[in-house]
Amino acid sequence: MSNLSHAEAAAVFNKDEARVDWHDETLWFVRSKRDRAAQSIPEWEGLREAASQIKNHVLSNMHDLLTQFEQKAIANGIMVHWAADAAEHNAIIRQILADNKVNQLVKSKSMLTEECHLNEYLKEHGVDVIDSDLGERIVQMRGEAPSHIVLPAIHLKRGDVGDTFHKHLGTDAGATDPQYLTEAARQHLRDTFLTRKVALTGVNFAIAETGGFVVCTNEGNADMGVHLADVHIACMGFEKVIPRAEHLGVFLRLLARSATGQPITTFSSHFHKPRKGQQMHLVIVDNGRSRQLGRADFRNSLKCIRCAACFNTCPVYRRSGGHSYHTAIAGPIGSILAPNLDMRQNVDLPFASTLCGSCSNVCPVKIDIHEQLYKWRQVLMQEGHGPTAKTLAMKTMASVLESPRLYRMAGKVGRGVLRFAPVVAENGLNPWYTHREMPEPPAESFRDWYINNKQ
Amino acid sequence: MKIGLFIPCYVDQFYPQVAKATLTLLEQLGCTVDYPLNQTCCGQPMANSGYAHLAGGCDDNFIRNFAGYDYVVSPSGSCTLHIKQHLHGHNAATDNDASAIRGRVYELTEFITDVLKVESLPAKNQVHPHRVRPLRVGLHQSCHGQRGLHLSPMSELVGNQGVSKPARLLKMVNGVELVDLDRRDECCGFGGTFCVTEEAISAKMGKDRVADHLRHNVDVITGVDVSCLMHMQGILRRQESKVEVKHISELLVN
Ligand code: SF4
Repeated sequence: MSNLSHAEAAAVFNKDEARVDWHDETLWFVRSKRDRAAQSIPEWEGLREAASQIKNHVLSNMHDLLTQFEQKAIANGIMVHWAADAAEHNAIIRQILADNKVNQLVKSKSMLTEECHLNEYLKEHGVDVIDSDLGERIVQMRGEAPSHIVLPAIHLKRGDVGDTFHKHLGTDAGATDPQYLTEAARQHLRDTFLTRKVALTGVNFAIAETGGFVVCTNEGNADMGVHLADVHIACMGFEKVIPRAEHLGVFLRLLARSATGQPITTFSSHFHKPRKGQQMHLVIVDNGRSRQLGRADFRNSLKCIRCAACFNTCPVYRRSGGHSYHTAIAGPIGSILAPNLDMRQNVDLPFASTLCGSCSNVCPVKIDIHEQLYKWRQVLMQEGHGPTAKTLAMKTMASVLESPRLYRMAGKVGRGVLRFAPVVAENGLNPWYTHREMPEPPAESFRDWYINNKQ
Repeated sequence: MKIGLFIPCYVDQFYPQVAKATLTLLEQLGCTVDYPLNQTCCGQPMANSGYAHLAGGCDDNFIRNFAGYDYVVSPSGSCTLHIKQHLHGHNAATDNDASAIRGRVYELTEFITDVLKVESLPAKNQVHPHRVRPLRVGLHQSCHGQRGLHLSPMSELVGNQGVSKPARLLKMVNGVELVDLDRRDECCGFGGTFCVTEEAISAKMGKDRVADHLRHNVDVITGVDVSCLMHMQGILRRQESKVEVKHISELLVN
């Protein structure tokens, strides 16, 4: 991941305006499909409210639900592991592989393993990991991270994929026909599926009442992996637990419609116990989640069901690309999760937003995303993560704007008051002028006019 | 009814014509309006940058200027929302005043619609008496007014959300033709200090928003927030476009 800030990386991404336009249009298309799917359900807002309340209940009863879930899962024959952080999560997986004397792994989509950097870790320890989600496989071949949590390779055009497959799978140079490329990927993955003994999946919903869990995919790759493998490892952040199976009726309806505008994901696979002779492991991960749960202003970010609707609607995300966010989970939700993990590293992310509020409106579990972005800004600046120059400028601006006398004095000097505002500071270095003009300063302020004409 | 007119600092300094149009419009609608002379800024520039803790002085000054009015009215959705959500006093007395102000602050079109309950504009006004065809107007839905104050229905939500307050008022003006946009409520990318700290994205968002209006052959882009309009005007002027930018008060006033 790059060391550039969001703004710097986004500026680089914007050097190719045609690509930005294409990226924006592609994701807007997904957002529009989501709108149509939502509009087709008259009780949509009621569903969102129900999902939000169920998740609120989960956040308030986390301990009991997780304990219940663990007991049921163990009774079902699932081996349950608890990981306090990414390192423990990765070590547990490595141990399971070692116990089974296996050094190959097939993995379906799991943002948690991205968050824990599992692929890099296993590679360092001599394990060969193949991602079986097509988009993830593409970015994996390119040595990149996913740029989107639902559509990992959405930053790539067809030609980019063709080049990647030519290099790694030996397809014809210059070939971009989707059917041809998909077929090549399918052959390559089929071989992987047939030879891997251990398959790893994510978890979308873990059901406390039954000890089972649900994995949603559109490609069926999770099922293909685990049905052919002797060992199934499922990894989940602890917030994935929901109380009862009937709640799936709320979440599954919301998830696919919010994500891609489909009525339901193509595969919603319910796992309850290992088949005969199979091992089933479940790794439940904290990795900062209990800290976030303890932050009153930010805890409800843990309601997220990773649908990415907030990405698709975000006008900033659509024009900056996922990699500009330099974190496993990009977009608006990523920007309120990342500072919990590392404030200094992610201080720029809550500022990568205009606070337009569209994210909060599409969120199927009603997370107040844009309000949390605002609150993170306050926390980060108060904890001293702001650049000194910015803090000084803000202090000066505040002292002018809170004093009617100073405000008017500054205004007299050629409408210079806003020189104190970094927005419109009138100097050649001001980025405002790169693409915009400023209004002509009028002869008199409204206040002067009012005094002369109205009093 | 005592009305205090709140003119955001950058409108006072750069767009006095918007403040004049707002004052005149309210007077034409029969209101008596005060303009408290010691007002400055709502404090939003600090708060949105993460420095809400430096905005206490602005809060105190705002309360000193606007305590006691029946209504506080402003030609800015964004500043109105900021006051509504974040104005606080620093002792029991001023905090009481702050909470009263938070409940009585209105954006201009919201005030005209919900409080004055205006059904038609004073003297059916004509935007330009000599125009042969209607004035094509593109309405920019500023996010804080729309999603924050619910001035207009939001494209993300399902179900009846009522009518758009600014659009309803614009339709009362003779000779105005309101134009449909491809993306009816996408953000323009101004975003306060975002416009300089994230210059590339801000400018691109502004260009795209302006392009939507231009594709639909608008003569004028209007809206309830001068900050968004200033940003789009800056882009139009750089493109040497003839399209005008006007605050909604300038179109509604006779
Ligand atoms: S925050 Fe909401 S909209 Fe964004 S990914 Fe999570 S559930 Fe979806």
